[in-house]
Amino acid sequence: MAISSTAPSALPSSSAADAVAKLTAAGAETETEPAAAEAEAEAYERTHVHCVYEAIAPHFSATRYKPWPAVGSFLRAQPPGAVGFDVGCGNGKYLGVNPEILMVGSDRSASLVALARSRCKELQNRQAGAAAAGTGGEARGAAVATDVLVADGLSLPFREHSADFVICVAVIHHMSTRARRQDAIRQLLRCVKLGEAGRTGGQALVYVWALEQGTSRRGWDEGGEQDLLVPWVLKSQQKQQKPPKGVKGEGTGEASAADKSGEAPPTPATAAAPEPGVAPSHTDPVFQRYYHLYRKGELEQDVLAAGGVVVSSGYERDNWWVVAANGLVAHERR
Amino acid sequence: MKVLTLNFLSCAVKSCKSSSDSFPLHPKDAELVSDDVELNQQLLVNLLPRIDWNALRTTSTELGFPQLPEQPPTAEELQADAKMLKDLHTLLMETQINEGKLVCGHCGHEYAVREGIANFLLPSHLV
Repeated sequence: MAISSTAPSALPSSSAADAVAKLTAAGAETETEPAAAEAEAEAYERTHVHCVYEAIAPHFSATRYKPWPAVGSFLRAQPPGAVGFDVGCGNGKYLGVNPEILMVGSDRSASLVALARSRCKELQNRQAGAAAAGTGGEARGAAVATDVLVADGLSLPFREHSADFVICVAVIHHMSTRARRQDAIRQLLRCVKLGEAGRTGGQALVYVWALEQGTSRRGWDEGGEQDLLVPWVLKSQQKQQKPPKGVKGEGTGEASAADKSGEAPPTPATAAAPEPGVAPSHTDPVFQRYYHLYRKGELEQDVLAAGGVVVSSGYERDNWWVVAANGLVAHERR
Repeated sequence: MKVLTLNFLSCAVKSCKSSSDSFPLHPKDAELVSDDVELNQQLLVNLLPRIDWNALRTTSTELGFPQLPEQPPTAEELQADAKMLKDLHTLLMETQINEGKLVCGHCGHEYAVREGIANFLLPSHLV
């Protein structure tokens, strides 16, 4: 994960590039004390992930309302009564997808969790209303069992091995060292049930941004820089009311496009590359979010390094995904 | 936070995970609110085997609810017992800890609950 010296840097400022380079070195070399490197990585993520999401939460949430089709299918395939955790739940768009299961969402951003909670309440009231009016809500069960809490993905409060499944969508690519990304997967695997004789354990579905995005307008592809700062242009209130680009149509690709709307492609020359077709006003603040773009095969390697087993994996619309299970079985527990 | 959710949470401190005292977390100064939630019998019956019953008994007592039986009902018993269904629905689905703290029985750390949302972010010395 070394910073490329020949390709033009995609990072919007040299100081940010230095920060990533320093961070990368700190993560990869032994010359820095591990504790110091860890503190540095944490501080970096505070600036370039946590604080950004706190600041952009309402705007971010307004562009994130359509579940990814494959994540939706995974949730709907869970048996009735299943218990699942959504680590990095953001505004909670996956929490009410399957009304026959318990979903508990966690996120590092208190602002996003507050938005997720409002959303859950709305959903609960709407379903209760539908049931009361006899409009067909009762057959599917009116009580949507969802809850949310604030937690760090590396220190999760979930009871060990209590979940039937875990999802973690577009989260782990915000961790700034490989050790932290692998630890994040390790924490997911601690949540899910262990396998037993004749029964497979719980599964963790993980989505991360891919380096290989040859068909997207962002211009990233194989061989490119993997550690980037990606600008988010915080649109003014008026613009925020407009529907995000690319979500009007139907079809499986649209949710993915919607998922990325509001994100501008990084370019070497401009700090804030504007959304195509939308002229940024001088007053629109720009926030830089850190991303590690996964290359082919890297996510599976990280699952193995975290003690997991790859059940299935693939690529969908600019993202790598994996379904992982804990490598341990119940009788091997300490 | 629902009482149901509390049954799936332990202390976020890594060194506490192996201690049985880190689960369940103990409510302290808890202000409870009750949400009006439609009863979903099938969901309750399906969730029952996933619930740690002993922990739920502890939580129920600590929150001032009537003592739960020592053994959880079977799916058949629960389906046939309208009162138990209603009681469990009220406790698990409708009762929320709106304000207060959740305390780890192992390290003593207190997690704040505000406006129904528990915060498990740790101070740096506990990470």
